[in-house]
Amino acid sequence: MRLLGTTPNARRPTVIKRHSAFTRFWHWINVVCLAILLMSGLQIFNAHPALYWGKDSTFEAPSLSIGAMRDEDGSLRGITRIGDFRFDTTGVLGVSGPGTDRERRAFPAWATLPGPRWLAMGRQWHFLAGWLFAPLLAAYLLYLVASGQLRRRLLPRRHEWSRIGHVIGKHLRLRFPRGEEARHYNLLQKLAYLLVLFVVAPLVVLTGLTMSPTMDAAWPWLLDLFGGRQSARTLHFIAAATLLAFFVVHVLLVLVSGVGNNLRSMITGRYALPPDHILPPQKETRDDAPH
Amino acid sequence: MTHPTDPGRRRFLTRGLLAGGTLMLAGCDRLSRSDAMQRLFSASEGLTQQAHRLLASREALAREYGPDDIAPTFRANGTTMPREVDYLRLAANDFRDWRLEVQGLVERPQAFSLDDLRALPARTQITRHDCVEGWSCIGQWTGAVLGEVLARVGVRDEARFVVFHCADRYHGGDRYYESLDLREAYHPQTLLAYELNGGDLPVANGAPLRLRAERQLGYKMAKYVMRIELVASFAHLGRGRGGYWEDRGYRWWAGI
Repeated sequence: MRLLGTTPNARRPTVIKRHSAFTRFWHWINVVCLAILLMSGLQIFNAHPALYWGKDSTFEAPSLSIGAMRDEDGSLRGITRIGDFRFDTTGVLGVSGPGTDRERRAFPAWATLPGPRWLAMGRQWHFLAGWLFAPLLAAYLLYLVASGQLRRRLLPRRHEWSRIGHVIGKHLRLRFPRGEEARHYNLLQKLAYLLVLFVVAPLVVLTGLTMSPTMDAAWPWLLDLFGGRQSARTLHFIAAATLLAFFVVHVLLVLVSGVGNNLRSMITGRYALPPDHILPPQKETRDDAPH
Repeated sequence: MTHPTDPGRRRFLTRGLLAGGTLMLAGCDRLSRSDAMQRLFSASEGLTQQAHRLLASREALAREYGPDDIAPTFRANGTTMPREVDYLRLAANDFRDWRLEVQGLVERPQAFSLDDLRALPARTQITRHDCVEGWSCIGQWTGAVLGEVLARVGVRDEARFVVFHCADRYHGGDRYYESLDLREAYHPQTLLAYELNGGDLPVANGAPLRLRAERQLGYKMAKYVMRIELVASFAHLGRGRGGYWEDRGYRWWAGI
């Protein structure tokens, strides 16, 4: 077994510098910001757990609402409505808390910051994190463009499109690029990062700005862009949910595609290209025999 | 041997999770109230206000809507029926004896009847009300331009804020009050409104007079206004933070 430690250099993985210091700093600040923004956002949402489309609230016909009703036997049931569809979501949405002490609450207490019910303070956390998130996002996007990284690393090249079916197939089987192929982001990664960085994240910031009546006086065009205050609020919620979904998938892919290597690349910047060819075990033993 | 579904173990785990959750919530609670976080929140509020000052000029108007946009019923929030005896007496008489007192750091303290206010330069505007909770409602407001009222009484140089003292006690607590700085007070859309959607202001919406400050959130727009006081600071009012909700943790700058 010790022989494996003396593998020839050709087998040793190539280590590349994958992320700049700014990217790594930005990434970890975002982890904190996003957690605070999402959780305090749900706290704020809980103050009026309904979404509408248009300029103002059509209280009788929300697009989505999370509420509670009391059953004939006196127990509370959580009801989530999307358009005309109703779902019983007791325990998670509408009604949650320990079995003996169920409470009316749109999102459960464990998901909201800072406490189970504290709109004033949830807003403070939201704005504080927003003041970090939004300027850093703007700076990072500028940096990507100005440093040429956008063009070099994120914009798909023409030849990549022809292999899109292949890449999707490999991803679905959780087989990730190895060797030289892993030196660059693949098409799916590029598209996901482009979408999140240049569409979803700016959308969440801009719709967030239109929640402010003073901003609406300053930049009325922004409100028009989103079709009104309540549409903007709904889009803010959808964009936030998309960020959360990206976050979850991102973490899962980091876990299955080599958590140590990926984490190191986000801490020190160094990423080891996964070895190109992994020989089947029986062949490997035979090859190793002469040593 | 313990089975995973053993009720004792399950109870232990549930309690453990609950205790952990409670500790975490308590931690967040303590952190939120700590001096360091309070300073950060104040800094963030200051930054927001400065940014708004920079982007929204003194005159930038809140969006005005068309008659078709008016909501069928304007949602009434907060107190919708004051129980205070002095208010009820005035309401019983259709507010004929009601007077708006304007005092404090002014040259000529005055009391205005509703007719006096109606005689002042007025403005009608269809605007959107944004509640801090997240909902919005569009309504048409008519009222005296606050700047004109201030011009009648003559604001003294030391004055920095306009405080609105109200008749109601939300949930039987302290009297409701709110405040604006002079920049928002002199904004052309800042009204002392006596009409909603072309009729007298209903009691649920703040009869006989409420504040409209359209570039601010709903909690700024005091209902049942009885007295206006020009002040240099909030120190002598309530808990010293410039408003009923501000005294309860909401930030004074309600532009967001």
